[in-house]
Amino acid sequence: MYIKHPKDFKAGLLFIMFGLITAFLSQRYPVGTAAKMGPGYFPFLLGLILPILGAGICLKSLSKGKGVRRHIPLRFRPVLFILSSVVLFGLLLYPLGVILSALFLILISSIASEEFNLKIAFLNAFVLILVILVIFVYFLKFQIPILPFFFKGWI
Amino acid sequence: MDLIYKKEFGMDLISNLALGFQTIITPLNLLYCFVGVLIGTLIGVLPGIGPVQTIAILLPTTFALPPVSALIMLAGIYYGAQYGGSTTSILVNVPGEASSVVTCLDGYQMALQGRAGTALAIAALGSFAAGCFATSLIALLATPLSELAFQFGPAEYFSLMVFGLIGSIVFASGSVLKAIGMILLGLLLGVVGTDVTSGVQRFTFGIPELADGIGFVPLAMGLFGISEIIRSLERKEKREIIKRKIYGFWLKKKDLKEAAPAIARGTLTGSFLGILPGGGAILSSFISYMVEKKVSRNPETFGKGNIRGVASPESANNAGAQTSFIPLLTLGIPSNIIMAMMAGAMMIHGIQPGPRVISSNPDLFWGVIASMWIGNLMLVILNLPLIGIWVKLLTVPYRVLYPAILLFCCIGIYSVNNNIFDIWLTAILGFLGYLFVKLECEPAPLILGFVLGPLMEENLRRGMLISRGDPSIFFTRPLSLVFLIMALILLIVITIPTIRKKREEAFGEEK
Repeated sequence: MYIKHPKDFKAGLLFIMFGLITAFLSQRYPVGTAAKMGPGYFPFLLGLILPILGAGICLKSLSKGKGVRRHIPLRFRPVLFILSSVVLFGLLLYPLGVILSALFLILISSIASEEFNLKIAFLNAFVLILVILVIFVYFLKFQIPILPFFFKGWI
Repeated sequence: MDLIYKKEFGMDLISNLALGFQTIITPLNLLYCFVGVLIGTLIGVLPGIGPVQTIAILLPTTFALPPVSALIMLAGIYYGAQYGGSTTSILVNVPGEASSVVTCLDGYQMALQGRAGTALAIAALGSFAAGCFATSLIALLATPLSELAFQFGPAEYFSLMVFGLIGSIVFASGSVLKAIGMILLGLLLGVVGTDVTSGVQRFTFGIPELADGIGFVPLAMGLFGISEIIRSLERKEKREIIKRKIYGFWLKKKDLKEAAPAIARGTLTGSFLGILPGGGAILSSFISYMVEKKVSRNPETFGKGNIRGVASPESANNAGAQTSFIPLLTLGIPSNIIMAMMAGAMMIHGIQPGPRVISSNPDLFWGVIASMWIGNLMLVILNLPLIGIWVKLLTVPYRVLYPAILLFCCIGIYSVNNNIFDIWLTAILGFLGYLFVKLECEPAPLILGFVLGPLMEENLRRGMLISRGDPSIFFTRPLSLVFLIMALILLIVITIPTIRKKREEAFGEEK
């Protein structure tokens, strides 16, 4: 047996995993009866169907003959820098305020592109922070911390 | 309540539309309509940001507005994007919007032949004609459909949602089984949070922020915004803008005569496909292009700058964008992702989408419909003179654009609930979305499953309670049975090999 469609096979595995976890976790909630369904009924049902479907997808992706082994190319640079810039923005927003955390977000996320250029990134950050302050903070009155916490007493 | 309801249905179409125009023609609403279509055109022009992300970013900004103005603006973004998307397709050969993919085929060729002005003008004119037709169609169908919806019990609603979810598979590209899996995952994500009936917190893992469930904005932003940025960065950017001067916006009689039947066909195809569950702008443009190629006497001219290849899909995507409001506003069932976002926007303003909207908020309902007509008029007037500006915008490279999108996303997400947790949730969902892209799992069915999940569970529970645990209630109520049979037919139809091939062909043109 060979895996003919690795993408389908892995997607199938993903569904099986999600289904099993759900079925397992939903045990904690009362299932009830068909006429009086408890909070666990619907998720448990989904947790049963998903693995079956996932198994079906996995089986379909197999072939008897010799399959071509292709692996799915993952490029880590964009994934790493984009996701970490978002997580960091969340971490920094309260202590540092939107101006500094936006600066970090733009600088770090800009590294994700292969044509990264520090000068352009800084310029971009400058323009965007201005836009944020004028449109979102001044005009739309978003409730968002602006300056770092240690400036609080000053203003 | 009952009194308003009867009075409303006694009113005729004209007084309804009059109410609508009365609502829209106030300085504030006109302004928001204008802002909506302008932003819509802008993001439509820019590849890499679409109406889904934009509506998600702007959702929190509408909190302070009256619900009518908010919806008018958000609707404007959707159909405005259909206009803008065509500009990029024609001038750069890169679709500004997914629904303008097919416009590249003939539009760019026309531009190469020096007929960019004609292509842009016919796209705008076709969109306008389609918009007018679709608006009248919504006005005509809304009242009878919502009357029908009042007869729905839980069984009917449940089956209708099954039909809607199956519909979203038909129109998603890729494997049918995987699409079903994505729907189930969506239903599952919808379960997270406090159970309405019992008050039990499900799958919250002790995180207090999850008690209200996974937010719609983090989910949409993660699956569509962030994962799309990561994916775009993996590809090399290539844009070649038509450099020569664009002229000839005034259409020649010959062009108009050639394009008119294509506009009519595109409008009809688009209007019909927009109403279907899973339909909307993207599907409409693809199908109408295929239709046009089929009915043409010389199909070999398509892809070489045939004006009908621009006129038909551009009319269709606008018609489809607008008629997809029908199921949302009358039945409360969002038929595509954008409509799911609109449903989210309505609920934020305390309006439950569904048949009661017409009777309980007539000004909102008819105001939004009338705004579509006004908005289309603004677009036609606005679009052609501003093309120079749009072209300039296209010279902004993606590496400058995506950090901006990311920043607006983060601030938008935070502002929905003033909640840091939502930002982290978005990052997690963004990674999941990226995995889905890599595994060729379409995220659209997941979003629909997520939106319909809680409603589906509730109606399933209520239906089974009424029937005392007998599932036959879903098959014995006639309307419910009809929906289930239609869902089954849809499912069978897509698994028939020849139709399967056609469906893959239609999506295969997407690069």
